[in-house]
Amino acid sequence: MKVVVCVKQIPDPADPGALDPETKTLRRNVKLILDESDSYGVEMALQLVDAAGEGSVHLVSMVPNDEVSGLRTALAMGADSATLISDEALAGSDALGTSRVLAAAIERAEPDLVLAATESSDGYTGVVPAQVAELLGLPSVTFAKEIAVEGSTATVRRQTEAGADLVECPLPAVVSVTAGVVEPRYPSFRGIMQAKNKPVDQLKIADLGIAAERVGWAGAGQEITDVAEAPERAAGEVVVDEGDAHERIVAFLDELKVI
Amino acid sequence: MTLDKIWVFCEAGDDGVATITLEMLAKAREVAGTVEVFCGGDGAACAAELGDHGVTAVYATGDLDGRMKGVSVASAVAAAISDGSVAAPDAFLLGTTYDGRDVAARLSVKLDVSVLSNVVDLRLDGDRLVGVEPVFGGTLNVTSRFTSGGPDIWLVRPKSFEPEAVGGSPAEVVDLPVPDLGSTGGAVVRDRFTEESEGPKLDEAAIVVSGGRGLGAADAYAMIEGLAKQLGAAPGASRAIVDAGWVPYSYQVGQTGKVVKPTVYIACGISGATQHLVGMKGSKNIIAINKDSEAPIFAVADLGIVGDVHKVLPKLTEALESR
Repeated sequence: MKVVVCVKQIPDPADPGALDPETKTLRRNVKLILDESDSYGVEMALQLVDAAGEGSVHLVSMVPNDEVSGLRTALAMGADSATLISDEALAGSDALGTSRVLAAAIERAEPDLVLAATESSDGYTGVVPAQVAELLGLPSVTFAKEIAVEGSTATVRRQTEAGADLVECPLPAVVSVTAGVVEPRYPSFRGIMQAKNKPVDQLKIADLGIAAERVGWAGAGQEITDVAEAPERAAGEVVVDEGDAHERIVAFLDELKVI
Repeated sequence: MTLDKIWVFCEAGDDGVATITLEMLAKAREVAGTVEVFCGGDGAACAAELGDHGVTAVYATGDLDGRMKGVSVASAVAAAISDGSVAAPDAFLLGTTYDGRDVAARLSVKLDVSVLSNVVDLRLDGDRLVGVEPVFGGTLNVTSRFTSGGPDIWLVRPKSFEPEAVGGSPAEVVDLPVPDLGSTGGAVVRDRFTEESEGPKLDEAAIVVSGGRGLGAADAYAMIEGLAKQLGAAPGASRAIVDAGWVPYSYQVGQTGKVVKPTVYIACGISGATQHLVGMKGSKNIIAINKDSEAPIFAVADLGIVGDVHKVLPKLTEALESR
C-alpha cells in the first residue's frame, strides 16, 4: 500500500513572523518547521502501512524556497521518501493554487491513499484536502478520527456536529485527519540519521506541467486590500491566589448574575 | 448598491436550521437583494424557518442516501449552473463547518474560483464584497477580496453575525438534482453516531470552562467537567490537550477549533497561545487561572488569578456547590 501524506513546512507558531508596516505584507523570512498538525497524518500513514504489512509512505510538500528541514522531521519519523515542489513562483499561492500543485505531484506518485491534516496551522483555510480530491477525481473523507484499510476499502470514523459518521470509501481516496487521534512518534536518533539519506525529489512547477500564472500571487483569485491591527482587549484585575482566590471568582460570577 | 443574489449553504439538524446558517442569512440580506439557500437534504422541513429569515427559495438535493454532502452538493450546484437551470449568484456563503468546508472546496475546483476562509465580517466595497479574516491570534485583521470573475466563495466563521428573523412567507422549495458523481462519489455513510453530552453545546453555552496543559495530566480534566457541570457550562479545551489526546477534537476552542462567545469564559491552565485566543477573545467576560503570571491569557482576562488550577478549581467547585 502506498500512502502519500501532504505536509506543510510553516513558520514556528511560537515565532510566526510579523507584519511589515510599509508593505502591509507578512514578513516570513523565518525558519520553517513541520506543521505539528501534519505529524498526525504521518503517524497515521506509518501505522496503516505497518498494519498492512507492506507498503511505503511518501511525502508531498511545496514551498517557495528550498527549505527541507520540516520534511526531514517527517522522514525521520519513518516516511520513506518525499517530493518537494520548490519554486519561487509559488509565493502567494491561494488554496486552489496550492491544491493544483499538490494534486499534480500526488498523481505522479500513484498512491492508494492520500492523507492530509484538516487544515494547516498558519493559513488554516481548511479546503485543500477536498480540493485535491476534486482535482484528482477522487472521493474524500474529511475530519477523520480513525482510519482502517482492508483490501481496497477504507473505513473512516468522521467527526460531525452531532458525533461521528462511519464512512466506507473505496481507494484511492483523500482523507484528512484531525489532530490528537494518534500519538506521533518522536524521531529516533537512528531515524534522524537515516532521514538525511532518504530521497527528496525536488521539482519546479514546470516539471509538473503547471504554468506560473496558475499559482502564486499571479494565480491567486484573491488579494489583500488592507491589514490592520485588531482592537485590543484590555486586561482587567489580576489577583495572586493566597488560598482564597476562588472567593473572588464567585463574587465576579455573582456580579455578572450568572450563578 | 447591493449585490443581486447570494446563495447561503443551509445546514440543519433535528432542532431546525443551524445557527451558523441563520447568522449568514442576516448578513446576506444586508448586502444582497435576493437571498436563497442551497442544501444537501430535505428542503421542505426548513422552508418556513428560512422564509422567516428572508429566504425566498431553498434549492435542495433531497435525501442523499448516505452519499457525502460535500461532493454531492457541490456537484449539484455546479451542474445546475452549467446547464443553465439556475443563474450563478454573485457570492456563496458557507459556514466554516465540517460539511461547509467540503462543499466550498469542491465547488471552487468545479467553478475554478478561489475560496476565502475564516472571514468574520463581510461588507460591500463598491459592487464587490470584501471580507475580514483575523490572523496571528486575532491581533491583525486582514481584509481581502476576490479578483477572479466570480462567483465569490466565502467561508464564514460561526458567531460572526447575529441571526435576525424578519418575518416572511415560507421559502419556495426547488429541486437541486445531484448528478452522477462518478469516481468522486464512492464514499458512503454506513452508520451515524450521536455523542450524548449532558450539558449545553460548546458554541451555544452561556458559560464555557476550558482546560489546558496546565492541568498536567488527562485525568485532571475531570476538574473542568466538574466545574462545568456545577455552572451549567460547556467544557472546552485548548489545542494542546486535544493534540495530546486528553479530550476529543470537538472540545477544541481556537483557530482550528470552535469559536465561542459566551457570557463568561473560564480558562484554566491555558497559557493563551494565539491559536487559542482567536477562538475565545470575543467572550463577554474572561476569567483566567494560570500559575505563570506572565501568561498571555492574562492580557485578555477581565479577572486573572495567578495560581495553581489544582488548588483553585476544587475550592471553586466546592464553594459553588455549597451555595
